[in-house]
Amino acid sequence: MRTMTLRYFPARLGAPALLLVPLALLLLAVPYALSSYQTLLLSYGFALAIAALGFNLLLGHTGLLSFGHSAFFGAAAYTAAFIVKYAQLTSMEAFLVGGVLSGAVIAALFGVICVRYTRIFFSILTLALSQVLWSLAFKFFWITGGTDGIRVPTPALLGGAVAEPQDKVVFLAHQYYYYVLVVFAVCAGLMWLIVNSPFGKSLQAIRDNEVRAEFVGVRVRLHRWIVFVVSGIFTGIAGALWAPLNGLATPDVLYWSFSGEIVFMAVLGGVRSFAGPIVGAVVFNYLKTYAVGRTEYWQLLLGTVLIVMVLVMPEGILGTLARVMRRVRRLD
Amino acid sequence: MPLLAATGLRKYFGDTRAVDGVDFSVDEQRLVSLVGSNGAGKTTLVNLITGLLPPDGGQILFQGRDVTFLPVYDRIKAGITRSFQIVNLFDALTVLDNVRLAILSRENKIRRAMSLVENDAEAREETEEVIDEFGLTERMDAPAGGLAQGERKLLDVAVAYALRPKLLLLDEPTSGVGTREKGRIMDRISSVVRSRGLSAIIVEHDMDVVFKYSDRIVVMHEGRVLAEGVPDQIAQDTRVSTMLLGRR
Amino acid sequence: MDIVVVQLLNTFLYAAVLFLIAGGLSLVYGVMRIVNLAHGSLYAVGAFVMAWLVGRLSVAIPPALLLIGLLPAAAAAVALTGMVIEPTVLRPLYARAEEYQLLMTFGVLLVLEDVMRFVWGPTPLSASTLWGSFGSSTILGSQYPTYNLLVIGIGLLAAVALWALIYRTRFGVILRATSQDRRMASALGVNVAAVYVQAFAIGCLMAGLAGAVVVPIQGAVLGMGIDALVLAFVVVVIGGLGSLEGAAAGAFIVAIVRTLAISFFPELELAVLYLIAAVVLITRPAGLFARP
Repeated sequence: MRTMTLRYFPARLGAPALLLVPLALLLLAVPYALSSYQTLLLSYGFALAIAALGFNLLLGHTGLLSFGHSAFFGAAAYTAAFIVKYAQLTSMEAFLVGGVLSGAVIAALFGVICVRYTRIFFSILTLALSQVLWSLAFKFFWITGGTDGIRVPTPALLGGAVAEPQDKVVFLAHQYYYYVLVVFAVCAGLMWLIVNSPFGKSLQAIRDNEVRAEFVGVRVRLHRWIVFVVSGIFTGIAGALWAPLNGLATPDVLYWSFSGEIVFMAVLGGVRSFAGPIVGAVVFNYLKTYAVGRTEYWQLLLGTVLIVMVLVMPEGILGTLARVMRRVRRLD
Repeated sequence: MPLLAATGLRKYFGDTRAVDGVDFSVDEQRLVSLVGSNGAGKTTLVNLITGLLPPDGGQILFQGRDVTFLPVYDRIKAGITRSFQIVNLFDALTVLDNVRLAILSRENKIRRAMSLVENDAEAREETEEVIDEFGLTERMDAPAGGLAQGERKLLDVAVAYALRPKLLLLDEPTSGVGTREKGRIMDRISSVVRSRGLSAIIVEHDMDVVFKYSDRIVVMHEGRVLAEGVPDQIAQDTRVSTMLLGRR
Repeated sequence: MDIVVVQLLNTFLYAAVLFLIAGGLSLVYGVMRIVNLAHGSLYAVGAFVMAWLVGRLSVAIPPALLLIGLLPAAAAAVALTGMVIEPTVLRPLYARAEEYQLLMTFGVLLVLEDVMRFVWGPTPLSASTLWGSFGSSTILGSQYPTYNLLVIGIGLLAAVALWALIYRTRFGVILRATSQDRRMASALGVNVAAVYVQAFAIGCLMAGLAGAVVVPIQGAVLGMGIDALVLAFVVVVIGGLGSLEGAAAGAFIVAIVRTLAISFFPELELAVLYLIAAVVLITRPAGLFARP
């Protein structure tokens, strides 16, 4: 298959780019081809994919493993709930703005503390700080609704320009699904731009060799802080999209096990490839839904898969696929 | 006025006096070799000048400006860059990206997140020029980790050079390569340095290389400057030959 | 006066248990440079094993004997689990980036949590009869559960035993040598693989002992491992990764803060602990007693 070289895109885009158009068409057809349940599932998957992309900007591209991304996701979900409860607004755009802002503010604060350190200390710090948030949400139950959470009703899209049918499920499986798809496409496009920008290259340099990066004139700590905030923003957008799907903002998306799930998604798909986190999030979503439906012991399944993957397939699905394809090509 | 003037530099690590009262200066457009046995304090001196370590005493003036405690970032902007004794590159990035990073950083474009790095034709052109000057054009798209040792050494220097410094500090740029390759590497380095009018401080062990390419030689021993002068003077200095041949 | 004494003793109690958990985590890191995210779950396994054994055997055997017999049994069970885990899933990762170890041990955590649910079911197990059968003693003029005093004693004993093991035995020398420079130790003839398994087993033993010792007081509940893990991290962050003295000091600090916090700000208890960890990490990144 000949690789496509468009003027504005690097040759590297190659074969996968040809798949984008038919894939997009398939995705657009989903609400009419599949059941509402399947469409909703896919919406969840794409919302999580945005979070995984945001997370992987830190891990795959900058070399920082965060165990605290639930903070950004959960805070955005609660922000959406608060917007409804205290500002009486049920606008999806307000939710998104809330998600961006909450993600940015929390990441900016956490980042100032976390980015001075790397590796284990960075990971523990992100965990500790996100647990602070969780414990606050848990303890201040009169604001946050405690374990019951706060309801997030389905919002108006584009200020009511999109007509809302009476049936909530129909709405979520059609109008809302397309909305999520569009937001996802925009986020993925922005992420791709960031990764292939001078800033993105500087992140990879920091990941590879932070001393040399410093000696090439890159302000390592500043860049780390910036990418942390950007990562938080993306994850916040994901949380805002997720909240109406779930209908409820609960403390478990602030808990560290959810951070672990985000980590798992990225690792499953492959942290060294751009689309890895997307694939990982969607596959994970199906995996979890299937497992939770069939067995009580889905953590066992998740744990076992993670262990096997780290031992045997550390590059994740896409990474392993790429490796296999390289071998196949060599045999030609 | 010398380009770099260091006076009374001291750096101690516990009981070890790595640098013990060093006066050292480099004029513009000079290639100075820094020699001495292992542990003489050469790399520590380079670390002090480039800002990796702060001195325990003394002063460093660069173009008349006090840079003694200036952070690494500001020293690079002022025009002091370095390569490393153990090659320090971005192994997962290509040769092209390694050099381009330096150029983008120099042009303050490194925080641009909303434009594609490939779209910057200017940066690309300059990157290719630098890579060509160092004879690495054929390996331009190879990841830095996959290059041969000699090529990695050259790339390390190329990256430091791409920052368009006024003073280039090279820590053993020919270590780990065979004799013929040493000559090739030093030919390249010295021609690039001279054609652009830079100054360079080169830490080196191979005395043949040192005598062939240096304008001045500074000999260090146990943290102090033992001797300093043009190659002929150093060749005739008995203290130097005793140190290099006798006490080893 | 009564309350002060009780609070003081509670602080010691909390510190003793925390030291056992955090000490194990720190030891493993000190020797093997692994941060074991499954450590808290191993603590939980110790608690469940102990509670289960107590439930089965308490009818026939007097409580003191029960304690002396079962505590080591539960701790040993966890140590054995560790000896299975290390060679199978951890050893392949020593050469790889740290992130993979974190991911792997997180996977082990998930597996252990569900294994506990599978074996012992979703409802909590209790061993409170054992706790109750020791009655209470008068100490410093106040009544205090005797069992709790025993736990404090066990904590002290464990600290001393560990210290002796590390600083007064030949094995301890080997342990310290291996933790300082693995290659050098190997070149000197030390079987590093064996040392690693043994160190990991000791770390797991401590976690298991902590769980076993605490279960008569608070029962075995699913999810207790995760809370313990985060607390252990806080202790280890304060005291420094890899330092046993640090684990002890950190355990005390955390215990004191917790006691104070519970008395004055019950809502903020957990948040305060995590904030302390964050503050310590900012001001002294390697902890108070860190090894260089």
